[in-house]
Amino acid sequence: MNRPAPIGLLRATLALLRKDLLIEWRTRARLNAIVFFALATLLMFSFALGPDTRLLEKNAGGYFWLAILFASVLALGESFRVESENACMDGVRLAPADARAIYLSKALGNALLLVALGTLLLPVMVALYGVKVVTGFVDLGCVLLLGSLALSAPGTVYAAISSNARARDVLLPLLLFPLVIPALLSAAKATTLVLQGDPMNQLNSWLGLLLGFNLIYWGVGFLLFPRIIED
Amino acid sequence: MTVRIPDTNPLAMPSLSAAPALALHDVSKRYGRRWALARLTYALPAGRSLLLTGHNGSGKTTLLRLVATALGPTAGKVEVLGHDAVQERDTVRREVGLLSHASFLYEDLTAQQNLVVLARLLGHPSPGDVADTLLTRVGLGRRSDNAVRGFSAGMRKRLAIARLLLKAPRIALLDEPFGELDPAGIHDMEGIIAELKASGVTVVLATHLVEQGLTLCEERLHLQDGRAVAA
Repeated sequence: MNRPAPIGLLRATLALLRKDLLIEWRTRARLNAIVFFALATLLMFSFALGPDTRLLEKNAGGYFWLAILFASVLALGESFRVESENACMDGVRLAPADARAIYLSKALGNALLLVALGTLLLPVMVALYGVKVVTGFVDLGCVLLLGSLALSAPGTVYAAISSNARARDVLLPLLLFPLVIPALLSAAKATTLVLQGDPMNQLNSWLGLLLGFNLIYWGVGFLLFPRIIED
Repeated sequence: MTVRIPDTNPLAMPSLSAAPALALHDVSKRYGRRWALARLTYALPAGRSLLLTGHNGSGKTTLLRLVATALGPTAGKVEVLGHDAVQERDTVRREVGLLSHASFLYEDLTAQQNLVVLARLLGHPSPGDVADTLLTRVGLGRRSDNAVRGFSAGMRKRLAIARLLLKAPRIALLDEPFGELDPAGIHDMEGIIAELKASGVTVVLATHLVEQGLTLCEERLHLQDGRAVAA
C-alpha cells in the first residue's frame, strides 16, 4: 500500500473533530446527559429561590452560566473517557497525529457541545425565569459562543490531565472552577446585560474580557497540550 | 536525582552490514521502583525479523511500546531506522506500526469508520475505499458497518491488524498477534506476517507461541526481568 504525504495541522484537526462529532452523533450520550443535568440545575435554582420572580429575573444570567459550567464538567470528562477506552489516544498519537490538532479538535468539539447546550437551555430559561432578550439575539449568540470557548479551552487541558487520575471526577472541577471565575463572571454579566438592557454600553467591555480570556487560554492550551499527552 | 540502573550482561550486537532497523543502546525503563527494562543493548539488522520471547512481565510489551514511541525510555537511546525515537518521534511514528494488547479501536464507531478515521489522519485521498479493501483482506468485509462494541475479541484483533496495515509501516511491532484468534484466524495472521516480510517490512513479534514465532523470524531475543538472556 502506498503511503500518502503527511497532512497539516488544519486537516488533522478537522479529521479528529469529525471523528468526535461522529461518535457523539452515534451515541448522543454526552449531549443527553448534559442537557438533562443543566435543565435540572436551572429548575433547582428556581425551586431553591421560591416564587420571587424578580430575584430569578435579576440573576438569570448567573444561573444560566452556572448550569452550563456544571454540565461542562460532565462533557469535558466524557470527551477523554472515549479516548481512554482501548487506549484510543495512543492510537491517535502514534498515527501520528499532531498533538496540537488533538487539542484543537477536542476543545472545539467541547465548545460546540456547550453552544448547543446553551441554545437548548435558552427557551427554558425564558419560560422559567420570565426573562426577555432585550439587546438582541446576535449579542446573546456572541456571549454564548465566547463563553463556551472560554470554558472549553482550559477545560480540555484539565480534562486531559485528570483523565488518567483515579479521582478524575473530583479533580477536574477542583482544577477548572477557580481558573474560569473571570470567564464565568464576564459571561454572566454580559448575559445579564443582554437580558435586562445595556444603557451604559458595558456589554462590549465584558465581551472584550471574554475575548482576552479566550486568547490567553487557547494559546496556553495549544502550546502545553503536546507536553501533557506525551509526558 | 541520580538514577541507578541495575547491571546486566547485554547480548553481543550482531555484526551489521547495513543500518539497523532497530538499535537499542543501554535502554532502561522504570515504572515506579520496578525496572521493566534494564540496560538493554541490541541491534536488529534491516530486513531481518525478530522474535521476542520471555515470561509475563519480562519486558516484551514495554520494549515494543518504547520502539513505537508510546513510551519514552528512562535511560539509554532507542533508534529506529537510524532515527532517535525521542528526538525524531514523529518520523519514527510514521515508520512504525504497533499491534498492541489495546486495540486502539473506538467502540461506538463501525469497523469501516475506525479505519476511515485513521485513513484521513494519514492523508489517504479515498479513505472509504482503502478501508473497504483492508476490511475484505482481514475477513471483515461483511461486518464493516457493525459497531466495534459488538465484535468478538478475535474480530477486534483482525480489525486491529487492518489498522496496522493501513499505516503501511516499515517496521511492524506485533504484541501477541495470535492471541484471541481461532485456528483460521491464526492461519490468516501467519499469512499476513509472511506477506509483510515478503514486502520488506521488518517484523518484531512478541509471543508465547515460540515454535510458531521461530518459523516466522530469523532473530530471537529472550527477555527475563527486563534483561536480555540466552534463550
